[in-house]
Amino acid sequence: MSIETLVDDFSFLDAWEDKYKYLIELGAGLPKLDDSKKLDEWKVEGCQSQVWLIPHIDGENLFFEGDSDAIIVRGIIAVVFEIFKDKSAQEILNIDVEEIFARMGLKEHITPNRRSGMLSMVDKIKYYAQQKLKD
Amino acid sequence: MFDAYEIRKDFPILSKLIEGKRNTYLDTAASAQKPCSVINRMVKAYEEEYANVHRGSYWLSDTATANYENARKLVQTFINASKKEEIIFTRGATEGINLMASSWGNKNIGSGDEILISKAEHHANLVPWQQLALKKGACLKYFDLGEDGDFILDNFIKALSDKTKIVAVSAMSNVLGTIFDVKKVVSEAHKVGAKVLIDACQFAVHKKIDVIDMNADFLVFSGHKLYGPTGVGVLYGKYDLLCETPPYQFGGDMIEHVYYDRTTFTLPPARFEAGTPAIVQAIGLGEAIEYLMKFDFCEIEEYENMLIKYTTDRLLEIDNLKIIGNAKNKGGVFSFDIKGIHPQDLAFVLGKEGVGVRTGHFCAEPLVKELGYNSLTRASLGIYSVKEDIDVLIKTLQKAKLLLT
Repeated sequence: MSIETLVDDFSFLDAWEDKYKYLIELGAGLPKLDDSKKLDEWKVEGCQSQVWLIPHIDGENLFFEGDSDAIIVRGIIAVVFEIFKDKSAQEILNIDVEEIFARMGLKEHITPNRRSGMLSMVDKIKYYAQQKLKD
Repeated sequence: MFDAYEIRKDFPILSKLIEGKRNTYLDTAASAQKPCSVINRMVKAYEEEYANVHRGSYWLSDTATANYENARKLVQTFINASKKEEIIFTRGATEGINLMASSWGNKNIGSGDEILISKAEHHANLVPWQQLALKKGACLKYFDLGEDGDFILDNFIKALSDKTKIVAVSAMSNVLGTIFDVKKVVSEAHKVGAKVLIDACQFAVHKKIDVIDMNADFLVFSGHKLYGPTGVGVLYGKYDLLCETPPYQFGGDMIEHVYYDRTTFTLPPARFEAGTPAIVQAIGLGEAIEYLMKFDFCEIEEYENMLIKYTTDRLLEIDNLKIIGNAKNKGGVFSFDIKGIHPQDLAFVLGKEGVGVRTGHFCAEPLVKELGYNSLTRASLGIYSVKEDIDVLIKTLQKAKLLLT
């Protein structure tokens, strides 16, 4: 699935119930992180639910494993991973996630409200990308 | 006669639609909405009466100073303090406690001394004491509440010792809603020679504060929870104790004389109000107090008790919902957990229906963890809360359950 398909899907859904149902469905498809991997080291601070994010390097590209104990949040993680799929560190840094979320009608989930926002996860991904470029 | 529906008309934000939905505001424990009179008073202060206080000798400065000092007088009346010099304006309750822990604590707490707080304190009434204890080699002790969150005097008395120098407790828990018997806390603490600081942030909104009756040594509350502006709070202290407390911050308006090599400091309250204070916010807080003083607090309590019972009964209609904090004496705060549903997911759905609740650990992380949760959901009431707010909450919770399970 491309990110443009996701944007189309979400913008097609008017009612927030349907958007959330779709997020929950996408979240259900996100592979679960094994409990042994849910270490504090991988916890994204600043999220109101527990969120874990593990970075991996594949040649020029970065990919991630992640999980949350909240099901809508899992859906948001799935969307974020889709956005950053098969991207190099430089590409990751260039992506405007807020703009994409706005087009999906989900922009409130990527605002800096530190309690409910998922911005800290996006920041963390960009941080890993930055680190990769320095190496 | 107390009429919450009439009161709602005083709060313009309550009639605004939130993304097309009725504004169901159930987060007053985090911050209260503001009545027109407070908003208008602040606009008037900026438009017609604004200048710096305690400095100029011209009409605007005199008027601003008179209004600022009148706000202090209103706070004094509101909490029944003996004199207005016992009222210090701070940035908020958090600053008030930090002031006490830094200044009073630095002078009076030493190695081996004990600081006693409850297990249900807000981080603002925990971390400053914890850091003071770490710095001084003192011991921060906690007393337990009962299973349902009740304040148990015996637990408190057992935790007191002749080494206890200060007791800092909330008069009403922001997580459990428990009302503490602060009069007993003060009288028992005084028996061992300890001073008592009361965190009245939640209490002030629901019950009448009387510092003389409580015999509290120090008490703090914030303006924004009391239907007043953000950026202003109150620290009350018995005057002789304030006089013995060294300054917290240094700067203008708190000095008597400054020499190149030393400074003498002025008396309280100015000693603790370094720099230009939150002038208009203090005036706004005074107006909020005038607004509240129009009501009979007994009537507020009576109405709130009715709504507490209604909310409790309706929440318990929901399967697998557990209310955390069922003290016999509690205020309008309902923390709860629904088995199998994450509070964050719940809050997303509630938010979409215009319902504002708080999720997380409510700045009481150790307590929430000890109760066995990472996160909870909290609905809290204000004087403008009505049954419809609760009905919308329950309806939306039912809807959320369908969506999320």
